[in-house]
Amino acid sequence: MTTNFTRRGVLKTGAIAGAGVALPTIFTSRANAYTNEPTGDTVTLGFNVPQTGPYADEGADELRAYELAVEHLNGTGADNGMLETFSSKSLTGQGILGKRVEYVTGDTQTKSDAARASARSMIEKDGAIMITGGSSSGVAVAVQALCQEAGVIFMAGLTHANDTTGKDKRANGFRHFFNSYMSGAALAPVLANAYGTDRNAYYLTADYNWGYTTEEAISSATEAMGWTTVNKVKTPLGAGDFSSYITPVLQSDADTLVLVHYGGDMVNSLTNAVQFGLREAQKNGKDFQIVVPLFSRLMARGAGENIKGIFGSTNWHWSLPDAGSQAFVRSFGTKYGFPPSQAAHTCYVQALLYADAVERAGSFEPCAVVAALEGFEFDGLGNGPTLYRAADHQCFKDVLVVKGKENPQSEFDLLEIVEITPVEQVTYPPDHPQFAGGELGACNNGA
Amino acid sequence: MLGLSRKDTSFLLIVIFLTLATPLLLQPFPEDSALAQFNAGYPDLMQRFAIFGIFAIGFNILFGLTGYLSFGHAAFLGVGSYSAVWMFKLLTMNVIPALILAVIVSGLFALLIGYVSLRRSGIYFSILTLAFAQMMFALAYSVLTPITGGETGLQLSLNDPRILGVSQTPEGNIPVPHLFGLEMRDSVQWAVGGWEFTFNAGYYFCAVIAILVFYLSMRIFRSPFGMMLRAVKTNQTRMNYTGLNPRPYTLAAFVISGMYAGLAGGLMAAMDPLAGAERMQWTASGEVVLMTILGGAGTLMGPVLGAGFIKYFENIFSKINDNVLHAWFAFLPDGLEDVVVAIIHPFVGKGWHLTLGILFMLVVIFLPGGLVEGYRRLTRAFRRTPRPDPRRDPEHHPGPVPHVGE
Repeated sequence: MTTNFTRRGVLKTGAIAGAGVALPTIFTSRANAYTNEPTGDTVTLGFNVPQTGPYADEGADELRAYELAVEHLNGTGADNGMLETFSSKSLTGQGILGKRVEYVTGDTQTKSDAARASARSMIEKDGAIMITGGSSSGVAVAVQALCQEAGVIFMAGLTHANDTTGKDKRANGFRHFFNSYMSGAALAPVLANAYGTDRNAYYLTADYNWGYTTEEAISSATEAMGWTTVNKVKTPLGAGDFSSYITPVLQSDADTLVLVHYGGDMVNSLTNAVQFGLREAQKNGKDFQIVVPLFSRLMARGAGENIKGIFGSTNWHWSLPDAGSQAFVRSFGTKYGFPPSQAAHTCYVQALLYADAVERAGSFEPCAVVAALEGFEFDGLGNGPTLYRAADHQCFKDVLVVKGKENPQSEFDLLEIVEITPVEQVTYPPDHPQFAGGELGACNNGA
Repeated sequence: MLGLSRKDTSFLLIVIFLTLATPLLLQPFPEDSALAQFNAGYPDLMQRFAIFGIFAIGFNILFGLTGYLSFGHAAFLGVGSYSAVWMFKLLTMNVIPALILAVIVSGLFALLIGYVSLRRSGIYFSILTLAFAQMMFALAYSVLTPITGGETGLQLSLNDPRILGVSQTPEGNIPVPHLFGLEMRDSVQWAVGGWEFTFNAGYYFCAVIAILVFYLSMRIFRSPFGMMLRAVKTNQTRMNYTGLNPRPYTLAAFVISGMYAGLAGGLMAAMDPLAGAERMQWTASGEVVLMTILGGAGTLMGPVLGAGFIKYFENIFSKINDNVLHAWFAFLPDGLEDVVVAIIHPFVGKGWHLTLGILFMLVVIFLPGGLVEGYRRLTRAFRRTPRPDPRRDPEHHPGPVPHVGE
């Protein structure tokens, strides 16, 4: 090593380094009451949806719903959608608190990391005051935790795992979508009615958090009805071919197959199961049956013929006859030419619920919004009377049990509603074992 | 200075200046202009530039010097992140212990994987590392869910048993990572004219570390050890015949670059305390290969440039949606506006991969030496130094070799 340290050189370097370190402290940070307080005549919302990856279809539909919601909030749309039927009348189509609603979009890629990066850029660069969207529970939990740290509100999109409002719940996060427990509680009685109480069930479960909680919810609900669980097999996420998992099902003494898969996985596994003749099979003197806990129209379309007669649960369906659903389907159909999916519905409703809570609170301050949403009871948004429970920020509402339609009239008319399970039947205490282990904590306003 | 030649010292000083001035340089457009969309001077992205710069610098020590193409480096990034988050959960929210553990654990993993994988070279080595990384990803995603948090990722909770520190702040929130009290999220804003600059504590922490490891890699490049690594790349068989065993050198390079990756992973967790399994996936490993090749493999500055480019596209181009496009081209007549937007649409927003892919192809075809070569060609064109005419040199003097540091 050459020794060219001179006294002068060291002093110079030190002085420069010192100035560099001291530099940032010269400027004072702006004094805001809370993160991204909107000061102009606009307010920015962040729509963080999967635009690429396995749930891109759902992400696209979510984005359509958000654009529609922004039009309705600003009063620039062809009609006012659910603003007409919403039980709370504080939204007037003049933006939120008189500020015009603007939005930024981001791509979650259905990866926790990418979703957080995208949400952070919305908060730090674009000044988003609220983040919403997403189509998987992993992303929802990750972004919810980020929003809690940053001090903005998170309105979850499509997320079905118990953890989002269970062990990973956060004070700044809210979920309108139903969850695994509710699916189990709603499905079990219908299944018992249709298939009897002495079934042997075999589970193929997607090997990640949503799969685990849904499997647990369905198995405990059906076991309470008298079913027995033969086996639970984890399958890798995104496996194109499930035939190697189907063969052992035929060799076991199971007479019911529960496919805890979502999206493309469910389409593939169901197609495999049908190809292996499971639907024509006889076991224990009974017809073999297949159950899919979480259905969506987009999945039903992918599975085509195979979906006919199969039971599942869903958060919302466009064929619901109530005024709120009809108003939403009409606005969405007029703008885009086809009916909305359940993902679109929950996102649209979340945007409206946030805007309404801000209006009622009279402020964008996250803690005030949290207080306005906690324990909020509303109606007219498509699911009947609904409660945002204060204890875990989960919406409690009726759950739909659906079945693949035997004679679909169009490419969108694939599911028929078998039963609307009343909210009392799917309500659980906040400390239910499937939801235990988390704490809401305190709301965070950020800085 | 610091054991570097004069030329290297000035190069290092330039790098230091660029790194420290990043918050200013990345914010060239006023806030209310239409071009503000292209500003990248917000903390998250700047931190990412520095972190992936470190990742790519480390990868380059292996790939650029020895020519061993590892397709599984993201595994070490992930391991670093998980160890850092566990340190936050169990010991303290101070980032220093977390980083130390991240480097050590990823170094151990690199030693293990490197020991096995380096028994083969070329494509077999790449496949082995890829297999190990995918295996670790699959484990983290499902089987090891109690340790890694699975799909959701490993995150802090309100009841972590933090030995040195508190489980929750008095307000009932999860404490944030800090450096002896200086919170990584802290930043100060400076508004001048229409511009708004953000100086973020976390970014400067990453930047200082990035400069240190850049200096270290510079020393490695210039050392006899670095010369050995280059020999491995040039002709390993010949090296064997001269009686030198290349294995310890390649293994050392593999472990060093694995530790760099672990450091980057630890920093990622320090900036944003969550470790997701996706950062270990093979696409993430492929990304660092792209960064290095795009910038220029084997050069000091190339991988950092490549990392910056890819992260810029991922974060800035992916956020341009049709709404933004319509706002830009609103001055055009309606029909024409729609046509222009329709043409640009596939290349922005969710199509950012497409733009990046085209750019990558162009670089590989026209600038095989990466962006660094492009820069060199530009400077040469401007300096107008007469190219030595081969006909005037009948004795075939060796031509000027570009400085490795450029």
